[in-house]
Amino acid sequence: MPPLVKKLLWSLGTVGILLVVNQVMVNGIGGYGIPAQDYYVRVLTLVGISIIAAVSLNLINGYTGQFSIGHAGFMAVGGYTAAYISFYYGAGILNTLQGLPLPVALTIRLFISLLIGVVFSALAGFVVGMPSLRLKGDYLAIVTLGFGEIIRIIILSIDSVGGARGFSSIVQGATEPPDQRMFEFLKESIFFWVFLFAVITVVIVKNLVNSTFGRALTSIRENEIAAEAMGINTTRYKVIAFVISAGLAGLAGGLFAHYDNYLNTNSFTFVKSVEVIIMIVLGGMGSITGAILGATVLTILPELLRDLQQYRMVIYSLLLIVIMIVRPQGILGRRELSLSGLFGKKKTV
Amino acid sequence: MALLKLENLTVSYGAIEALKGISIEVEAGEVVTLVGANGAGKSTTLRTITGLLKPKTGKVLYEGKDISGIPTHHTVDLGICMSPEGRGIFANLTVLENLELGAFRQKDKQKIKADLEKVFHFFPRVKERIKQVAGTLSGGEQQMVAMGRALMARPRLLLLDEPSLGLAPLVVKTIFEAIDAINKDGATILLVEQNANAALNHSNRAYVLETGSIVLSGPSKELAQDPRIREAYLGE
Repeated sequence: MPPLVKKLLWSLGTVGILLVVNQVMVNGIGGYGIPAQDYYVRVLTLVGISIIAAVSLNLINGYTGQFSIGHAGFMAVGGYTAAYISFYYGAGILNTLQGLPLPVALTIRLFISLLIGVVFSALAGFVVGMPSLRLKGDYLAIVTLGFGEIIRIIILSIDSVGGARGFSSIVQGATEPPDQRMFEFLKESIFFWVFLFAVITVVIVKNLVNSTFGRALTSIRENEIAAEAMGINTTRYKVIAFVISAGLAGLAGGLFAHYDNYLNTNSFTFVKSVEVIIMIVLGGMGSITGAILGATVLTILPELLRDLQQYRMVIYSLLLIVIMIVRPQGILGRRELSLSGLFGKKKTV
Repeated sequence: MALLKLENLTVSYGAIEALKGISIEVEAGEVVTLVGANGAGKSTTLRTITGLLKPKTGKVLYEGKDISGIPTHHTVDLGICMSPEGRGIFANLTVLENLELGAFRQKDKQKIKADLEKVFHFFPRVKERIKQVAGTLSGGEQQMVAMGRALMARPRLLLLDEPSLGLAPLVVKTIFEAIDAINKDGATILLVEQNANAALNHSNRAYVLETGSIVLSGPSKELAQDPRIREAYLGE
């Protein structure tokens, strides 16, 4: 089979499976007594968003070896930008697309919002990364830490995105009466969109790290001076990786905005950045499947422990400590899980 | 015209002057060595040539063109490649991946393959270890990988920073034999060494650096006989 056809079949298959799962999860199967799984849809959607955040952070922290601790800041930029577009221009976009079937128009509207969010967070990544990545060492950590807080405070003081009240009714928009079409559409399909974008993120990052570009990133992580001596323009590669990482974080933020229909700067504090870092440290720095695993475990774990009530956070932290003692390199280290070698083929990239 | 010429080069780290106006010439086809104690400015010299450091005053002339302060990746395009101090191998990558990264700016796959064979020819041990993770190799093998990786960039001027550092005498011998062979194959070599004895035996000319200044220079054979050198660096 020619590779292009194979890729196309894979993509169609993935979309198909996601659509079916989405349908079953959201609506259940009436005739067979399988009910809708609202709770699981909610948790799994958050898992999907976490996967996008973790896999994208892994590109810069795990593969390039540059320590960014401001991922929540980029999620906030992407989230608030996408929300702003959806809220203020959503109705306008739908009006211009009047000729198209409603689901298509709503999909385009979603994509436009997300895309602009990605562009803005990538731009923010460039502005932050360009000066700090020219230097070697831990400057990126300091700058991103500051950036995350600064962006949060700035958003807090912008009244058109709700300020301290938070940004609500994002998908309904400013019209009166509120336009429920997007809300209804997303209620049915946000699970699908989140996982579709999670798959796309994973494919993008996987292709990047397995290319010459990825080799350059790995060599920077291993030894920056030597990488430079090999003719690798280290600053350029670091900045590109950082911009991509920031852009994908913005995607996670934008999806979160459309999923929750409400944004508050409290969701994007330093604690959120640390949470994403924990996901990749736990799963394995420099492993995509590790990041996925970490994101999944750390999003589901607090839910599983919900019955334990006040002991929940105690056990959660204890589990993290135990894992770090037993496997300091993360659950997968730098290995990748794959279907061909279910127990993790040794891969050193 | 000299392939490489340093003119009155001054380099400083903040207020501290590491090079105090040194002038060095390397002719095409030569092996030139810089000997000197710790902190004499040997590595600083190499780092300035490759653009990792910018000179305060003075020039780095390569084939007559001033290249002082140009980005490191451009010096690689010009044919200058450095094997850094402490080897600087990519420890978590395999030997093959290390070598491939050396050819990062080479596009022609056929030529890369030929270069790889060349590296195997100089360092048969590297071929045996090709699939191994580089960090698990012995020090000598790592040094071979580091030099092989530099060769993959197809250098006309190869800069070697302390290739014998921390290696067993027998391995040092192998490394220096390889340096001879690489030079015979056409690469010009600027070698920085603390092991003055071996360096003087395997080079055409030498410069002696002391706290940022050149105190002696001349044909290696003559310097090896110089009583001052024998006393200061050869342990007599």
